[in-house]
Amino acid sequence: MTATTAARPAKRLGIKEKYALMTRGLGWDTTYQAMDDVFPYDKFEGIVIHDWDKWEDPFRLTMDSYWKYQGEKEKKLYAIIDAFQQNNAQFNIVDPRYINTVKLFLTGVTPLEYAAHRGFALAGRNFRGTGTRIACQMQSIDELRHAQTQFHTISHYNKYFQGLHDATYMHDRVWYLSVPKSYFEDAMTAGPFEFVTAISFSFEYVLTNLLFMPFMSGAAYNGDMATVTFGFSAQSDESRHMTLGLEVVKFLLEQDPANVPIVQKWVDKWFWRGYRLLALVSMMMDYMLPKRVMSWAEAWEMYFEKNGGALFEDLARYGIRMPKHYEVSIKEKHRLSHETWNVFNNYGHAAAFNVWMPRPEEMDWLSEKYPATFDKYYRPRFEWYAEQEQAGKRWFNNTLPMLCQVCQIPMFFTEPDDPTQICYRESSYHGMKMHFCSDGCKNVFDNEPEKYIQAWLPVHQIYQGNCFPEGTDPTVPGFNPLVEVLKYYHFQLGADGGEFNTSPDRANWEKWTGQDLSAAPQAKAA
Amino acid sequence: MTQPVFIALQTTDTGRSIVDAIVADNPLAQAVEYPAMVKIDSPGRLVVKRGSVEERLGRRWDVQEIHLDLISLAGNIDETDEEFSLQWRKA
Repeated sequence: MTATTAARPAKRLGIKEKYALMTRGLGWDTTYQAMDDVFPYDKFEGIVIHDWDKWEDPFRLTMDSYWKYQGEKEKKLYAIIDAFQQNNAQFNIVDPRYINTVKLFLTGVTPLEYAAHRGFALAGRNFRGTGTRIACQMQSIDELRHAQTQFHTISHYNKYFQGLHDATYMHDRVWYLSVPKSYFEDAMTAGPFEFVTAISFSFEYVLTNLLFMPFMSGAAYNGDMATVTFGFSAQSDESRHMTLGLEVVKFLLEQDPANVPIVQKWVDKWFWRGYRLLALVSMMMDYMLPKRVMSWAEAWEMYFEKNGGALFEDLARYGIRMPKHYEVSIKEKHRLSHETWNVFNNYGHAAAFNVWMPRPEEMDWLSEKYPATFDKYYRPRFEWYAEQEQAGKRWFNNTLPMLCQVCQIPMFFTEPDDPTQICYRESSYHGMKMHFCSDGCKNVFDNEPEKYIQAWLPVHQIYQGNCFPEGTDPTVPGFNPLVEVLKYYHFQLGADGGEFNTSPDRANWEKWTGQDLSAAPQAKAA
Repeated sequence: MTQPVFIALQTTDTGRSIVDAIVADNPLAQAVEYPAMVKIDSPGRLVVKRGSVEERLGRRWDVQEIHLDLISLAGNIDETDEEFSLQWRKA
């Protein structure tokens, strides 16, 4: 090498040039094997792609920058987690009831992060476009990072609080955790285009703001520095994922008009599936956060009706309309969280987190946020529960609920136009009757019945005797099916679930912090 | 009607400077503070300018560093060495 060439450094590349060189520039078409044999799964869904090069990732993030920024995020996160642990910051939480949102998150959402890691690795393998593959690769690594950081963060809470000791095992078995699990597995068993439309677009772009923004902001408000930190660290990747989602959908719609009805059908399906999953988030926001950032109804208006509305208006030029049944979500917004918490409160003895009735000032907050519904439909019932509890007759429901064949949530949602009537829908398939919680779920089933008849429904499985510890003999005298099911779930009886007011978490909190929680006003009896 | 785009940022040290730069460069933007975060809505379009952020930070700032403080956004993205923008196409 001569001295003159070594002395002249190459001009620094701009973002666009660097992106082109380090994504497209790294791809090639195979010649020893036909491209169709190497990428066998990107055609069977009926999606037509004429030119993969038309794909553009608007975040022009290349792998080298990706590692740099992700490394920085990790260092920040773990420094905070270290400080949190050293300083016993778990006791800075405003109210120990708050921890139950973290329990639900770790058992319900964290395993989904891991599933997303697998899902995007698979999707990335199956797309032949280079830009798409790289975006999926980054997301796959992101999701693994999220699962890891969440376990690392929450493992500290496991030293002090119940219900956090076996999250992945529980995720595969517990009745309410089958809701997020089946949602994600439904997406992973679809083709690659449906998978990214489901997860990147319908979930990440349209709905995930409702999970991460109010929940992480809520964590900050409730003094949980650890969760704020992993949450916003994850969410900073989420913006990239959302962008992938919007880009995927625009790309499919621009490539061929034949893609439009296919995409619309997926948007309809995955909006509804995601919305039903968010019923769990609605009760976290309105009931489980002791200090509340905003109500579920307000969050739905802000993130779905306003921001989602803007998105669908932008997509209208491609012939895409608002997702089917979206109007039902608007009708339900003033009752969703109350109906959901009511049922969880009735089944808290079979959950890995504690439940409770709102305190009087919390009931007043609910009345204020839900003036048309709370006092009329829910307050009287909740005050009656509180009265029973104070009389020493805390009530739990000992019968198993009927589950919706599609969303797997107990069938407690009410008719879109009548909050006093439970909504039941059914379809027949090869002589078998299938039950659904809504027109939305029935619609999903009717489009792909052969998929959903295979659903692993926890209640059916319990009745079939598949959810007892190995060697259990149901014929012995005194056999208690509920106790055996909870053992099968690896729940610690009397510790992990049930009423907060009589829980070990509450007793420990009082012992360790010296606070007297009975001084806090209890729900008043009517 | 011009639909709003939005960006949400963490209230970190850098995040606060980015928020200040956005509010200064986008006269129609409205910033709302929540615990640990700020959400900024802006009708039709919103831009983050490298120069404005650097002025407030007092150091060099790469537009892609926004990834460290970003929480969420809505709108079609365009990203260059000088600025990061969000917009909905006009109907």
